[in-house]
Amino acid sequence: MRIIVLIKHVPDTWEERVLDPTTGRLDRSASERVVDEITERALEAALALKDRDKSIEVVALTMGPGESSGAIKKALSMGADAGIHLVDDALAGADAMTTSATLAAALRDAGADLIIAGNESTDGRGGVIPAMIAEHLGLPALTFVSELAIDGDRVRGERATETATSIVSAPLPAIVSITEGMPEPRFPSFKGIMGAKKKPVASHSLADLEPALAGSRQGASSIVLTCEQRPGRTGAEPIVDEGDAGTQLAAFLAQQRLV
Amino acid sequence: MTTALVHIDLTADGAPADSTAALLGAAAALGEPVAVVAVAPGTDTSTLASALGRLGAARVVVAEATEVGSVIATPQVSALAAAIDREQPSVVLLAHSIESRDVAGRLAVRVGGALAWDAVDVAADGDRVVATHSLFGGAYATTSMVEGGLPIITVRQGSIDARAAAVASPAVEMLSVEVTGAVATVESSTPVRPSGRPELRTAKVVVAGGRGLGSPERFALVEQLADALGGAVGASRAAVDAGYIAPAAQVGQTGTTVAPDLYIALGISGAIQHKAGMQTAKTIVAINTDASAPIFEVADFGIVGDVFQVVPQLLSALESRR
Repeated sequence: MRIIVLIKHVPDTWEERVLDPTTGRLDRSASERVVDEITERALEAALALKDRDKSIEVVALTMGPGESSGAIKKALSMGADAGIHLVDDALAGADAMTTSATLAAALRDAGADLIIAGNESTDGRGGVIPAMIAEHLGLPALTFVSELAIDGDRVRGERATETATSIVSAPLPAIVSITEGMPEPRFPSFKGIMGAKKKPVASHSLADLEPALAGSRQGASSIVLTCEQRPGRTGAEPIVDEGDAGTQLAAFLAQQRLV
Repeated sequence: MTTALVHIDLTADGAPADSTAALLGAAAALGEPVAVVAVAPGTDTSTLASALGRLGAARVVVAEATEVGSVIATPQVSALAAAIDREQPSVVLLAHSIESRDVAGRLAVRVGGALAWDAVDVAADGDRVVATHSLFGGAYATTSMVEGGLPIITVRQGSIDARAAAVASPAVEMLSVEVTGAVATVESSTPVRPSGRPELRTAKVVVAGGRGLGSPERFALVEQLADALGGAVGASRAAVDAGYIAPAAQVGQTGTTVAPDLYIALGISGAIQHKAGMQTAKTIVAINTDASAPIFEVADFGIVGDVFQVVPQLLSALESRR
């Protein structure tokens, strides 16, 4: 069985993140890039399945500029068997339509029994790419699951939406997106880091993805019109409680007509 | 007049979800608001249609499919695709909920439209629809539009105040749709029990607790203040990780983004990831023992003090104001 995990390089959420005001795209020079933690958890989910069944092959797939090879390297050092890097200048600032069509083409080429992604990235926060890939590939999608198991030829999980918690399942091949409810990712071991260098990484441009890309070509696109930085919020100097802060707060809330 | 289709999320008991009023309100500014709802055959559509009319649906397209309720997303996608074919709308609006995001993503691919997600506002600009987005916790505002196809827009819940005028008896059109291919099945389902408190993402008041509460038992103080203010209960990731409260309460970068009139942070230090989920609240109050906690950088009223001293005093002061 082959599991392909979608991983993403994102700006570190511990730092201020910056958009280029003219394009509305990420200013990649402004902050450190890290592997999005939710995609590390997706990889952990795949590796946990591989721990129980050594015949499973785990492949990490990412789309991003040259430096995103660092994300693949991290995945390999954690235990993935191989990596695929989609890199092409024409993909800079890709919208969800282009992103999902490109990922779907690569997945169509690579072939997977199970695709695992994070539920939403910390930079885009769309949470739509897994469903879009599923539609491109004609696959069932179990999105936002917090538990995951393979049961014969089905994948099964627990899914909590705003209105219900459900047990959901789908026949393989399928795509799954996982939430933070899944276990934390493992750390790369020394052996893993050393072994990562010998593992195969394929790098594909858009031209390499033809003709698979033709199967998922899109007509429409979403474009950014304006991008504006909002003034930062400045707090008031805090008061130190001298025994009456609760009463003062009640007065403040009343004065602001909040109670 | 153009048509603005609105996909209706349903609650466990088959009523329009809380997000519906804002979606129809937003749609009314873009065209004739037409609700599309997928139901299992035999559902009482007249009750549903009048509920949707009260929220402003000019017409209601009801699509029947046997898979509704037992299959994830694809019955709703088929319903919307059929409605698009029939209505030729200028835009489709959906909630940015977990269920509807799957529907929106698949629909955009199926009909060759393009997706704009998590809009906090939508507006007509001539014959195009412009969506406004709030990024990185409100640090940036962007606008976007769709070129070359149908705009399919998910709308952040609780972000739009516009409401459509009620329609007494909206016309109902019935469709029957089919789901093909391999599907994701719902094997069993437990509805989320209403807590009696407002929903976190749309609440006007949110009281959130952090690591500073110290234990699940002591976290009850957060709930007590939330109830006194008629608010929802939130939490920092640290409080969720420590097991003080269920993950659904998490506010922040990887939890719910909230923008209430009043946000009260109790024992929350205010890591950048937490602020990303709440810093667009109109008024922020913070109580923390650590004067250097970053939450004070965004608080309109900050108290350096012990929540277990300050909050009980606040509660009794609120009580005496009644």
